[in-house]
Amino acid sequence: MEKKNQDRIIITVVGKDTVGIIARVCTYLAENGINILDISQTIVSGYFNMMMIVDIAEAKVDFDTFSGRLEEIGSGIGVVIRCQREAIFDSMHRI
Amino acid sequence: MINIAEVAETNAMIERENLDVRTITMGISLLDCISDDRAKLEQRIYDRICTAAGDLVRTGEEISREFGVPIVNKRVSVTPMALIGGAACHTPEDFASLAQTLDRAGRQIGVNFIGGYSALVQKGETKADRLLIDSIPQALAETEVVCSSVNLGSTKTGIDMDAVRRMGWAIRETAIRTADRGCIGCAKLVVLCNAPDDNPFMAGAFHGVSEGDCVIHVGVSGPGVVKTALEQVRGADFETLCETIKRTAFKVTRVGQLVAREAAARLQVPFGIIDLSLAPTPAVGDSVAQILQEIGVEHPGAPGTTAALALLNDQVKKGGIMASSYVGGLSGAFIPVSEDAGMIDAVHAGALSLEKLEAMTCVCSVGLDMIAVPGDVSEETISGIIADEMAIGMVNSKTTAVRLIPAIGCGVGDTLEFGGLLGSAPVMEVNRFACDAFVNRGGRIPAPVHSFKN
Repeated sequence: MEKKNQDRIIITVVGKDTVGIIARVCTYLAENGINILDISQTIVSGYFNMMMIVDIAEAKVDFDTFSGRLEEIGSGIGVVIRCQREAIFDSMHRI
Repeated sequence: MINIAEVAETNAMIERENLDVRTITMGISLLDCISDDRAKLEQRIYDRICTAAGDLVRTGEEISREFGVPIVNKRVSVTPMALIGGAACHTPEDFASLAQTLDRAGRQIGVNFIGGYSALVQKGETKADRLLIDSIPQALAETEVVCSSVNLGSTKTGIDMDAVRRMGWAIRETAIRTADRGCIGCAKLVVLCNAPDDNPFMAGAFHGVSEGDCVIHVGVSGPGVVKTALEQVRGADFETLCETIKRTAFKVTRVGQLVAREAAARLQVPFGIIDLSLAPTPAVGDSVAQILQEIGVEHPGAPGTTAALALLNDQVKKGGIMASSYVGGLSGAFIPVSEDAGMIDAVHAGALSLEKLEAMTCVCSVGLDMIAVPGDVSEETISGIIADEMAIGMVNSKTTAVRLIPAIGCGVGDTLEFGGLLGSAPVMEVNRFACDAFVNRGGRIPAPVHSFKN
């Protein structure tokens, strides 16, 4: 369980809704061996809010590289993309 | 599995409510660096700090990036230098040279502060303690990242009034020697009663002799998160209020616990304690004063403030203790003036006096903190203020502290600007009636009767 959690990353995308946000993020993840475990999204007053849980056990790149690249992809399409280890959310919301 | 609302809640705390880990502090024992040859001692101290904490800053930044939570400070605390330097230092200048060694090591590894230029004199002073205290003004004038602290009393031993008198001098002299830099030296100098061995917060951090070789302590924060949570329960009764603070403190502390465990594992150093403190910064929305306002007082200092602070402090501890495996340090709410925009406003509004702040220190950690006083206040008056605060700590079996900044050349109405996390300090009025005959008596105040628990 510990090991599994170590490999899980939460990716959040927040910004104005445009065509192809999920496509671009997913393409990058697929190219780099990052497996998507879960996706949920909402749109609140035109703002796109997405959360992805991914597994980086088989990733071809390290955390800093893919989180930096995703940030660049985000700013290219006008949304904020951030990557965080799942443990921070687990710690705060699960006993 | 974590859901989107939980992720959004955590990230809102970080992005909008200033949730952060205030400090990762590595405590390093320097006991085995001791030598009677000062050059050898300084080399060993430098090498030990650079070896033990060389990766501290990088690791802190790495954790911060991966978890997406800011870690504001990375610091080092060391064994009180009066113990380390006693064999090699024969003059105050010798000790000041050790401070420079700490400063060089601290800057080399890139930490924000290095604490432990300290003496523990709660019952009496050794020759080394006296030399170190005499050297404090010079040491703080000549260094950038070194913090100094002196423990002057404890519930178990009483108060060393000789040392209280000398620290009145040391504080004023430090202000004079750093007057050209806004008396900044005094922001890095604190006196304490019942100082904890495992405090990660500056300026009072030192690595106590009861600690191991090397340890990681973490100080959490999050006044803005508590304030935002309380906005949702305006007008609700005390039960709801207290439950809300407790729940929020729990969440904030869990983040600290995670960061502490992670830092300890990556640096291969044991995890020490979490310090559950609500530590404000001058940033908008990162204020303990604004929590007190949200609880229901117009400004801190208004009637009701002490009670509001007491309940806040208690609920933070109750929530935080459940969230962490080891709790220590100062743990509670901090009420510095210069570092809290709401406190500064309260002073300007005429709501908050030094005397009310003293009352507030009876129910929270830590004490009279980051308060600028007029530059012409005598060292005896400073010693008198220190004695009062030490007595509160001694009698109530709690940590208290005094970090006053005599604003040399300034009076009430002026403001000292420090910038950064230290903020700006409005000069506050001090009761000018004399206490010289009291502080000049010499000797010790005996331990209180309730210290005899055997």
